[in-house]
Amino acid sequence: MDIHPVTIFFAAIFTNNMILANFLGMCSFIAVSSDIRTSLSLGQAVTFVLAFTTIINYLLYHYVLLPLQLEYLRFIVFIIVIAAFVQLVEMVIDRYFQGLYYALGIFLPLITVNCAILGVSLFMVIRSYNLVQSLAFGIGSGLGWLLAIVAMAGIRQKIKNNPFPKGLEGAGITLIITGLMALAFIGFSGIVTLQ
Amino acid sequence: MEEILTTVFAISGITGLLAFLLSLANKTIADYGEKNLTINEEKDYVVSGGDSLLSALNDENIFIPSACGGKGSCGYCKVKVLSGGGPFLATERGYVSDEEQQSGIRLSCQVRIKKDMHIEIPEELFSVRQYLCTVTVLEDLTDTIKRVGLSLPEGERISYKPGQYIQILTPEYDGNEEVYRAYSITTPPSSDQAIELFIGYVPNGICTTYIHQYLKVTDVLTIVGPFGDFYYRDTMKEMICVAIGTGMAPIMSILRHMNENNIQRKITFFFGARTRQDLFMTKTLQSLEESMYDFTYINCLSRPTKECQWKGETGRVTDLVKDYVADGENKEAYLCGSPAMIDSVLPLLKQKGFSEDAIYFDRFD
Repeated sequence: MDIHPVTIFFAAIFTNNMILANFLGMCSFIAVSSDIRTSLSLGQAVTFVLAFTTIINYLLYHYVLLPLQLEYLRFIVFIIVIAAFVQLVEMVIDRYFQGLYYALGIFLPLITVNCAILGVSLFMVIRSYNLVQSLAFGIGSGLGWLLAIVAMAGIRQKIKNNPFPKGLEGAGITLIITGLMALAFIGFSGIVTLQ
Repeated sequence: MEEILTTVFAISGITGLLAFLLSLANKTIADYGEKNLTINEEKDYVVSGGDSLLSALNDENIFIPSACGGKGSCGYCKVKVLSGGGPFLATERGYVSDEEQQSGIRLSCQVRIKKDMHIEIPEELFSVRQYLCTVTVLEDLTDTIKRVGLSLPEGERISYKPGQYIQILTPEYDGNEEVYRAYSITTPPSSDQAIELFIGYVPNGICTTYIHQYLKVTDVLTIVGPFGDFYYRDTMKEMICVAIGTGMAPIMSILRHMNENNIQRKITFFFGARTRQDLFMTKTLQSLEESMYDFTYINCLSRPTKECQWKGETGRVTDLVKDYVADGENKEAYLCGSPAMIDSVLPLLKQKGFSEDAIYFDRFD
């Protein structure tokens, strides 16, 4: 597939947004989107982890799994890599980047089980991206995720004091707003589509 | 066969490599080595870096009060960190007020030791110890309150002031996590090898359910203590004690202490209950009335039923204070019980002229 990496990058943000088009990574999206600052931190952490795990998984898939004809093991391998990488990143940040650790620290463990991360690695395989395309897709998906959660946090902060029916408070209204945001993002779909 | 072997080797190889890298990182990056911990600028400890301050202090046998066991959900384990504590964390914000934050107060379960640290803790926490007690008494005082007797291990003694409390470590049971819960000691300090507690049943309470439904005589129970700044003050002022429910516990300790030492002070104890069934320890209190220098016990029922055949005072304990206490001149007050009771008695006492620093209270939240 020879889509230009820049195209993939923008498509991953706008038309193929992990949250708004694929509904992946919803758990932390709903749980942490009540404050703009913290959701920005989480978005950055997700982008960072996505960029690196996509590359590591790409290399593992193409240079270990494919030659050994073990493609069907990709799920377990990808998951282990993501978990181990997050663990390592947490240790490094904790030791050397105090400020960043206190901003991101408590969110890093959440990322281990963020299915947007696994999703990106799997899409990369399904859509047979090359290394550069994968990197663009990884970073783009991360930024798309960040955009969506920060936008959501902004909306939630704005409507914080509005009266809602009891059953809609919290997660309920957030899901509805997510749906509306997804509809709005359909407006971008004319630009470019992946698959 | 070959494919199965390749699969096993590939997965083991990848996992093994990652495990190797992670353990390497753990040995190098996450190893903070040994750090110096200075307490109150006089005692020095060498602790292993990377631990939380709370658990490092625990390892040195210094027990900071903590109800949740270090999960950052109770806010009890506050200590003053003078240096080396790192930035204030989002997880502490709900429990530490802005003024406290200014003066360096931190939640010790959230602060990790990454540098040499200087901290301050109240001197009396050094006498806090952990004891593995044997349950000797389990007696129903009312439908919901049990008297629990604990005897300390052979040769160990607990030194406390009348009115202080200990914490019970409730073990894991029925899917509940370990929790610490505070209970006042009812025995006088002279009883330092066997203590007693009054434990009221709270529906769905983790510890009280354990005590009321699971605990048996001869079981071993872990306690930590003593804690608390609600205790008998050695002055010659007249004393007013006010309690409801298990709030009687610390007052009982104070009364027994005064009785044993033949302390010659005038003291009045106001106790409130709902019905006659909720009154307890009445005989003991009556015999204390006889043996003590000048002690009066006055109780009231807020909801006496016909079966109670109650001829005494009715209403809330607040009403007793209103009726029986003339003024607060040269008097001390000791209050213990639910926050609601304390919040209604406090303004009343101030109105009667009790000075603020002569009112001591223990809220049973």
